[in-house]
Amino acid sequence: MSAAVSTRPVRVRPPWWRRLPVLQQLQQSVGLQRGMLVAGLVITGIFLVVAIFAPLLAPYRYNQLRGPEGLFGAQQPPGPDHLLGTTVGGYDVLSRVIWGAQTALLVIIVAIVLSAFLGIALGLLAGYIGGWFDRITIVIADAIYAFPSLLLAIVAAIVISGGQSSLWGGILAAAISITVVFIPQYLRVVRAEVLRVKSEAFVEAAKVAGAPTSRIMFRHVLRNSTRTLPLILTLNSSEAILTLAGLGFLGFGIEPSAAAEWGYDLNKSLSDVTSGIWWTSIFPGLAIVLVVLGITLIGESLNDLADPRLRARRKPARTAEEAVAAEEPVAREELGEVL
Amino acid sequence: MTTVTAPATPSGEGTAGIKRARGGGLWRYLLVRFLLIFPTIFILVTLVFFLMRLTGDPITASLGDRLTPDQLAERIHEAGYDRPIIVQYLEYLGQVFTGNFGNSITDGRPITEVLWTYGSATLELVFYSLIVAFIVGIPLGMVAAYFRDRWGDASLRVFAILCYATPVFFAGLVLKLVFSVWLKWLPVAGRASTRTEIKLQQLDHPTGIYLIDAIQTGSSAAVWDVLAHAVLPALALGLLTAGVFLRLVRTNVIGTLSRDYVDAARSRGVGEFRLVRLHALKPALIPIITVIGLQIAMLLGGAVLTETTFEWKGLGFQLAYYLSKRDFVAVQGIVALLAVIVALTNFIVDIIAAILDPRVRY
Repeated sequence: MSAAVSTRPVRVRPPWWRRLPVLQQLQQSVGLQRGMLVAGLVITGIFLVVAIFAPLLAPYRYNQLRGPEGLFGAQQPPGPDHLLGTTVGGYDVLSRVIWGAQTALLVIIVAIVLSAFLGIALGLLAGYIGGWFDRITIVIADAIYAFPSLLLAIVAAIVISGGQSSLWGGILAAAISITVVFIPQYLRVVRAEVLRVKSEAFVEAAKVAGAPTSRIMFRHVLRNSTRTLPLILTLNSSEAILTLAGLGFLGFGIEPSAAAEWGYDLNKSLSDVTSGIWWTSIFPGLAIVLVVLGITLIGESLNDLADPRLRARRKPARTAEEAVAAEEPVAREELGEVL
Repeated sequence: MTTVTAPATPSGEGTAGIKRARGGGLWRYLLVRFLLIFPTIFILVTLVFFLMRLTGDPITASLGDRLTPDQLAERIHEAGYDRPIIVQYLEYLGQVFTGNFGNSITDGRPITEVLWTYGSATLELVFYSLIVAFIVGIPLGMVAAYFRDRWGDASLRVFAILCYATPVFFAGLVLKLVFSVWLKWLPVAGRASTRTEIKLQQLDHPTGIYLIDAIQTGSSAAVWDVLAHAVLPALALGLLTAGVFLRLVRTNVIGTLSRDYVDAARSRGVGEFRLVRLHALKPALIPIITVIGLQIAMLLGGAVLTETTFEWKGLGFQLAYYLSKRDFVAVQGIVALLAVIVALTNFIVDIIAAILDPRVRY
C-alpha cells in the first residue's frame, strides 16, 4: 500500500489530533450544528470533571450523616450549611449529587466496554461467517432488542445481585444488565457494516493475496466498519444513565451507604414531593437530565454530520489540505487503505 | 422490528441485514412474519426462565427469611423446585404454551388473573400516552423540518432531546410538584378519587378502562375526575415518545421536502402549509408506524416507572410491588407475559406497515 500512496499526488495528512472522531466533526460543523456539538461537549466535560474529582468537590462524603455539630437532620431546606438541603435519610443533597456522577461514570465505562467488546465480536463473526450462525444470532438479537430494556435489566439485576448490593456489586449489576440490552445494538450495526465492507474490492484483493481470515477480519473489515460506533457509543452512554436511574428508582440500585446513586435518591424523594419538599428530587433529577442531554447533543450532532440528508452546509475548505481532510473518511474507504 | 435499529438512525439500515426473497408478496410476508413470532417469544421466555433460576429457587428468595430450613425444604419440594432444571423448564414451556404463567408466591393469585385485573389500567395509560405523543410530536416535527437549521428548529430539537433525556419518573415528579402540589390544579396520584372508584365498582359490566366505565355511569363529574387523574401520568410517559416522533417526523419531512414533486407542487402554487401537511408529511408517516412497535415496548417499560410514580394501579405498579416482595415467580410471569404482548404488537405493527408500504415486504 505504501508504494501506491507514494505515486499519488502529494497529500499532506492533517495531524493525528485533527483526525480524532469528535474533533474532526467539530471542524466540519457550522452554525447551529456546531453550537449543539459544543454545548454537548461542554456539559459532558463538566460531568467528567465532577465525576473524577468528586472526592475533592463534594463538601461531605456520600454516606455522611453528621458533621462537627452533630447530625445533619432530615429534609433540611437549602441553606448555608447544606447548599441544596438534606434528604429524608439525612444525607447532604449536594454531596450525593456530586458523588452520583462518579457512580454514573463507572457504570457507563463498564457497560460500554463489556457490550462493545461482546457486541463487536459477535457482529464481526455473524457478518463474516454468515449462514446459520448469522441467522440465529440475529433472531436472538432482535428478540432482545424488541423487548422493553428496563424489564430485561431488572431481570439481569435480580440475577446478578439479588437486588441489594455493595458499591462494586451494584455497579457491576447495573453495568451487566445494561450490557445485555446493548449487545444487540452493537451486533446489528457492526454486522451491517461488515456485510457492506465485505464485498468491497480490497477485501477480495486481500483474500486473493492469501491473507489469513483473522487478519482480513480485524485489519481489513473491522477497521473499516467502525464509522458508526462513536454515535452508538454516545447513545448507549445516555441510555446507560437512564437505565441505571430506572433500576435505582425501582429499588435495584446501590445502597446509600455504598455509593450515591441518583435514581435511588429520586425514589426516596417520592413521598417528599407530595408534601412540597422539592430539593430532594429536583437536584438529582436535573443531574440526570443534564448529563443525558450533554451526551445526546454530541450523539445527535455526530449523526447529523454523518447523514447527508441532514448535514447542514459544511464549512468551506480554506486550503486544499482541509478539503482533503473533510473527505478523508470516504477517501480512505474507497482506497481500501487500512492504516 | 426489522426496520429500525436505533432511535437516532431512523432511516432503516436494519433492513440491510435481511436477505430479500425472490418474488413473494404480501401473503408470503405475512406468513414469514407470523412464524417469526414464535421464536421471539420462545427466546425471551427461555432467557427469562434461566436468568431467574440462576439466582436459586423462588421460594427461598421470597420466604427464605421467614421460614425454618425444614419448612422451606418442604415448600420447595411441594412446588417441584428440587427437580432437575431441564424438567422444570420443559414443564414451564408447556404451561406458557397453554397460557398458564403460574401463581404468585406472595398471594397465590394466577398471573393471568393479575394481567386481567391490572392490564386494562396499563393499556389505558399507554393509549393516553400515545395520544399525547401524536399531538405533540407530529406537528412540532413538521414545524422543525420547515424551519430547518434556524432557531425554531434548534429549540424544538433541544426540546426533543430533553424529552428523551428526562427519565419518566423525574418528569412525573416535576409535573406532580408543579401542577398538583404548588398549583393544586390536578390530583396527586391514583386513577380516580375514592368516590368515583366506588361508583365505578357498582357497575354491572366494568371494563376496567376507567374512562369507558365513567362514561357508562353517565355522570360527567366521574368522567372529569378520571380524565383529571390521567393528565399528568399521560404527559410524563407521552412526552418520552413525543420526542422520538418529533425527531423522526423532522428527519423524514426534511427528506421529502427536497423531493422533486414538492418543488413541482410549489411551482403550481400550492400553499406552504398544505405543502408540508399533505405532500411532505404523508410519506414521512410510514416510518412512524414502524417505530410504534418499538415505542410500545418502550412505553411498557416506562409504564412500570410512571405507574410507580403516580400510584397508577396497573401491571407496572404490580410488577414493582412483586419486585419489592422478591416474588420472582410473579415477576417472571409478568415479564414473560409482556414478552408475548410485545411480540404480538410488533407483528401487528409490521403488518400495518407492510400493507401501507410495499417496500417493507420481503
